Amino acid sequence: MNKLRKQREEAKKKWDSLAAGDVPVIYLGTASCGRAAGAMKVLESIQAALRDNRLEAIIVQVGCVGLCYLEPLMDVAVPGHPRMSYGNVTPAKASEIVESCLMKGDPILRLAVAHFGDENGEFAKRKIPRFFDLPMLKPQVRVVLKNCGFIDPEQIGHYLANDGYRGIESAFARGADGVIAEVRDAGLRGRGGAGFPTFKKWEICRNAPGRIKYLICNADEGDPGAFMNRSLLEGDPHAVLEGMLIAAYAIGASQGYIYIRAEYPLAIARLNVAISQMRDYGLLGQNILESGFDFEITIKEGAGAFVCGEETALIASIEGERGMPKSRPPFPAIAGLHGMPTIINNVETLGTLSSILRNGASWYRQFGVQGNHGTKTFSLVGKVRRTGLIEVPLGTTLRKIIFDIGGGTIKRFKAVQTGGPSGGCLSEEFLDTPVDYESLGAAGSIMGSGGLIVMDEDTCVVDLARYFLDFAQQESCGKCTPCRVGTRHLVEILQRMTTGRGLAEDLATLQTLGETIKRGSLCGLGQTAPNPVLTTLRYFRPEYLEHVTDKYCPAAVCTELVEYRVIPDRCTGCQRCVSVCPTGAITGPRAEPHNLDASQCIKCRACYEICRFDAIAGDAIVIRSKRRTADEQVL
Amino acid sequence: MTGRVGMDDSAVSYDEYGPVLARFKGEQGDLIPVLQGVQRAFGYISEEAMRHVSRFLRISENQVFGVASFYSQFRFTPPGRHSVKVCLGTACHVRGGQILSRALERELGILPGQTTVDRRFDLQRVACLGCCALAPVIQTDDEIHSQMTVIRLKQVLSEYE
Repeated sequence: MNKLRKQREEAKKKWDSLAAGDVPVIYLGTASCGRAAGAMKVLESIQAALRDNRLEAIIVQVGCVGLCYLEPLMDVAVPGHPRMSYGNVTPAKASEIVESCLMKGDPILRLAVAHFGDENGEFAKRKIPRFFDLPMLKPQVRVVLKNCGFIDPEQIGHYLANDGYRGIESAFARGADGVIAEVRDAGLRGRGGAGFPTFKKWEICRNAPGRIKYLICNADEGDPGAFMNRSLLEGDPHAVLEGMLIAAYAIGASQGYIYIRAEYPLAIARLNVAISQMRDYGLLGQNILESGFDFEITIKEGAGAFVCGEETALIASIEGERGMPKSRPPFPAIAGLHGMPTIINNVETLGTLSSILRNGASWYRQFGVQGNHGTKTFSLVGKVRRTGLIEVPLGTTLRKIIFDIGGGTIKRFKAVQTGGPSGGCLSEEFLDTPVDYESLGAAGSIMGSGGLIVMDEDTCVVDLARYFLDFAQQESCGKCTPCRVGTRHLVEILQRMTTGRGLAEDLATLQTLGETIKRGSLCGLGQTAPNPVLTTLRYFRPEYLEHVTDKYCPAAVCTELVEYRVIPDRCTGCQRCVSVCPTGAITGPRAEPHNLDASQCIKCRACYEICRFDAIAGDAIVIRSKRRTADEQVL
Repeated sequence: MTGRVGMDDSAVSYDEYGPVLARFKGEQGDLIPVLQGVQRAFGYISEEAMRHVSRFLRISENQVFGVASFYSQFRFTPPGRHSVKVCLGTACHVRGGQILSRALERELGILPGQTTVDRRFDLQRVACLGCCALAPVIQTDDEIHSQMTVIRLKQVLSEYE
């Protein structure tokens, strides 16, 4: 253990010299989301600028800090100047910033989005906030994500320098029972969605008889619209791995698995790097840190099945079978993988443990509200101004998350979906609901793993319910009838409604069918699959009625119910739309308003986009839905 | 799986499975990693590959196909030279992913799960690429294109031979 302390001290020295050294440091976010926004091209451009100008600088590739709307995000720290942040960096901007900062000592304030220095006249005058005062970051409390976006995830030294592996040291000092007691006192509940007290599960497993016990890290983040676990694994893999050590020590497991989606190649690569570093530092294998505790970790790649997020299905998948859930009891904590006591914890639950063990239960309890202690990460996406990955104390209201952190919606706010496809769609009246397990449950939704999808008036809730049910139907494993057949019928009914063929009795059928599926299904997938329909029916009933009786989609989303039109007064006749129309539906001579033949229009949206972004007029093509009378048919 | 339409088993000889299978001990729990290894090496899982896997793990071909067809990762037809994935995660859906998907189907002349006749592209729908904040996205080979539009699709596709 002394060896690790020494290694940490050395790492700390190096880390401090990085911040206070005499070489400029350039930090660049190169997690998946940064890369999607073009970070790798920015990296090449930075490297070229350094090479061409013979400049010396250290480039640190960091994970995702969560400000996805500013990606690619780049920080430059020149000795003697405060570290500066630049957002939405392009390759051209990057080389300009590098050359200016490093050669002229000019941080180009007009391009900066934030600074890490003291509040002084120049920054205040230019309205450049301190980094942690950015409106998206200020209301956040970062416990799980504390290192994400600040350290190089491929350097164990960076993790060690930031109190890394102090949690497991503290765990060894407390003993296994002590660890369980600390996690109990902290009030930690499973972050995978259901919110079951973590310590209780552990206690059952610890006391269960069994020669071998297993710990599985559930990184099968299947909710479409959620990427918290991916960001954490990519940005700070050691935090999760240290959590696995702590959990395994508490329950007495000697073998651990990480069940991770194959769609997350970068996270898998970084985990592999981190695991081999752990081995080099004596943090895996036999007699870890001379504690007498042995532990090994194996990565298992999932093969794409949403239902495998369910514990018993996940175990079946690791055993090489179809990922179908089994009825419980026995619970996996008693008889799980290969019939042995098994604990399955979510990535975020594990990522929290190190901080709890290091700082103590009472420190953790200061965050959150009674019964819902600590923080929770969310991916804030959809029609919100500032999208990204956030972490807030439990009990924070939806309003604060969507409007203060997310900056609200551009068009009028309509609804927010919590809990992914298993969750519910909540309307405006629920904006002051505190985000905790019980309050969301009472509103008919769930916490889920933490996807928050914000919708504005351009989103059709009937279409959204159809989308979620379509997903649940495709992902249903087929084992039990209510889920397999029931979801199919829900999809068929919703399909009817969104294509203008809905029947008056459909609303009642959706309701009873949804309730039956909830009651009659074996696993969490079926039990929650109807939630999107049931909540939208409850909170957006008029919109369903408009679809059924008027064949009208107020959000103008349902393709069969909308039409594309050219507004003659606005059309300048620039012919851009004529050139992109794949069916020749738009005609007209140059400089005269064009004609759109609805019978040939396939509603592909190309004309709408080109008019909006490239044409002179800008808004001459509109998509709209019109009300129809009972005998008017939809084409 | 019916018939041998689109199957090209003759291209792969028995010996070629050796290196893929050598890493495994031949336990049933290895089935999914073995299938993943086969798909990584050959791009898809052919009928012949399934026979080899079945013999190697000493389980029935039925069971191999049963497991393989359960998971969306596995494909049973040869892939194109380039893969196109259109994300239909929630965030992409509310920002028009469905419209992109239809435009791709039209542009390539194939449905999701199929490969173009010239083997240039194959098209897949995926539930979420995890880039929700940059929706809607499509992925061509290893590159993710963020905030895609119907008009930019053509240009992106034209960059691939």
